[in-house]
Amino acid sequence: MSLATGFLVNEPGMLSLIQDKGRFGTFNIGLTNGGPIDLLAFQWANRLCLNSLEATAIEVSIGGLSLLSKTDTTIAVTGANMLLTINGQVKDLWRSYTVRAGDSISLGYATAGVRCYLAVAGGFLITPSFGSTATVCRENIGGINGGKLVAGDMLACSAVTTEAKAQNFVLAEKQRPTFSNEVVLRTIPSYQQQHFSSQQQRLFYSSEYTVSKNFDRMGYRLEGAAIACDIEGVLSEGICHGAIQIPSDGQPIVLMNDRQTIGGYPKIGAVSSVDIAKLGQLSQSGKVRFEPISMEKAHNLFHLSLSHFKRTVLRRCD
Amino acid sequence: MAIATSTNKISIQIAGENALIIYFSEQTSCDVLVQVQQAERLVRQHMRQDIIDVVPSYASLLVMFNILTTDHHKVRNRLRDLLKDIENTVGNTEQPNNLLHSSIIELPVYYSTESGPELSIIANVNNLTIEQVIEIHQQQEYRVYAIGFAPGFAYLGEVDERISAPRLITPRMKVPKGAVAIADKQTAVYPSASPGGWNIIGLCPINMFDINAIPPMSVKVGDKVKFKAIDKNEYLALGGTLAALTWNASV
Repeated sequence: MSLATGFLVNEPGMLSLIQDKGRFGTFNIGLTNGGPIDLLAFQWANRLCLNSLEATAIEVSIGGLSLLSKTDTTIAVTGANMLLTINGQVKDLWRSYTVRAGDSISLGYATAGVRCYLAVAGGFLITPSFGSTATVCRENIGGINGGKLVAGDMLACSAVTTEAKAQNFVLAEKQRPTFSNEVVLRTIPSYQQQHFSSQQQRLFYSSEYTVSKNFDRMGYRLEGAAIACDIEGVLSEGICHGAIQIPSDGQPIVLMNDRQTIGGYPKIGAVSSVDIAKLGQLSQSGKVRFEPISMEKAHNLFHLSLSHFKRTVLRRCD
Repeated sequence: MAIATSTNKISIQIAGENALIIYFSEQTSCDVLVQVQQAERLVRQHMRQDIIDVVPSYASLLVMFNILTTDHHKVRNRLRDLLKDIENTVGNTEQPNNLLHSSIIELPVYYSTESGPELSIIANVNNLTIEQVIEIHQQQEYRVYAIGFAPGFAYLGEVDERISAPRLITPRMKVPKGAVAIADKQTAVYPSASPGGWNIIGLCPINMFDINAIPPMSVKVGDKVKFKAIDKNEYLALGGTLAALTWNASV
């Protein structure tokens, strides 16, 4: 039997959140999904620790997290370029490391991308709320006491058996995602798209938008060509992941994992899931373009990405 | 009557990569809500394997599906079949209302100028006395038209025209938990303290969203809600807090 032991939060950083794959099936009581913004990076972190792909990890936004290990185990950090150090020694992202009780693990601030995932063998042991450990601060639900990590939090995890500790893994450099400050968001025209004239749709799909200072896990507000809609709003309706809301000022808002469950602004389309992760790695002044694609193409992108993930083999390392 | 026409307007649209949305009508009404509720029940019953979440609202149902087990063509076809059943039942007589498995929930409210800062404004604007506003708010049986935006927030309709009021021009930074409020023809109880621009007319001591309760909410879309006036002592006895009463001064 493995004993619960864990990590002490020395410095929480800007925004570090306990996340699993997210909370599903709770929209009818007003609870949103939460979960990792960059699902692929989150899954890689878990895979490097030989975890289930849904195991609870920490999403570190911007950076600055510092942990003290109280156990011998394996960790891996993936995602945005943050300087990872273990006991002051610089380490690579996208690989697993054996850590010992007393080791200190620190992340600097992101130089490219915004969010990192720190996974531990067996996942962090957090009591789920409504079937998930995902933290949604706005709802005060999930994680530890419903909020972001604070100094002094103790994050429980399982003690690891000797065999599991022996081996580490690495994702080959050419397989790692890179983080650009410009992304194309492939978008499925949907919802109220017929209420945007063909001229407005052309404007939307041919303009470059900039990420405003208002970007968070709920939504990314963009700045650029204002898009006009021939209706002001609709009866409030369920909002799916990636939906692009056009409020009356015409500036698009892409709705992310922590979005409101229902809303009444007109929506011109929804960003494909593989590209929402890319948007979520942008910060203020990041550049965005939208490209219309069919539902079939979106499904293809999803399945291609998944099959690529499954086919990619991790290399053993020491 | 108009039911048949509204039925013809049912359409299934793409929402996103893993979501379709069924529109029942462009306007909401009790009949439309019946259809939404029926469709929700059918989808939950018959499509369990492929569904991630289902979101009923005023006149639509968002269906989020598992892209690993199905695709939008299959989901659309299945939804079409299920909707046929609804059209058939709705086409008939008075059936739909009987099909509603809704309960009536009574919520106590401490209406007063102390607990409802906009009570006197609503009264003045509509040439009513405060007592009349309180009386009219209690007369109606409200439907839960939607739940969302925040955990446990139930949109109730419709408010009598005589006491309807537009949202505040500047929303409050903090509305206390339990605030009973009006915006246009909707009314609601704030399940937790949050920013908000609705007109507050009283306080409800009942917990609208309890994270530890199963289910965490006592109402669902389609249910009916009635309000019943209580006095300050009853409000406090039922668990209402004085803090909620003094919030206005402190904000």
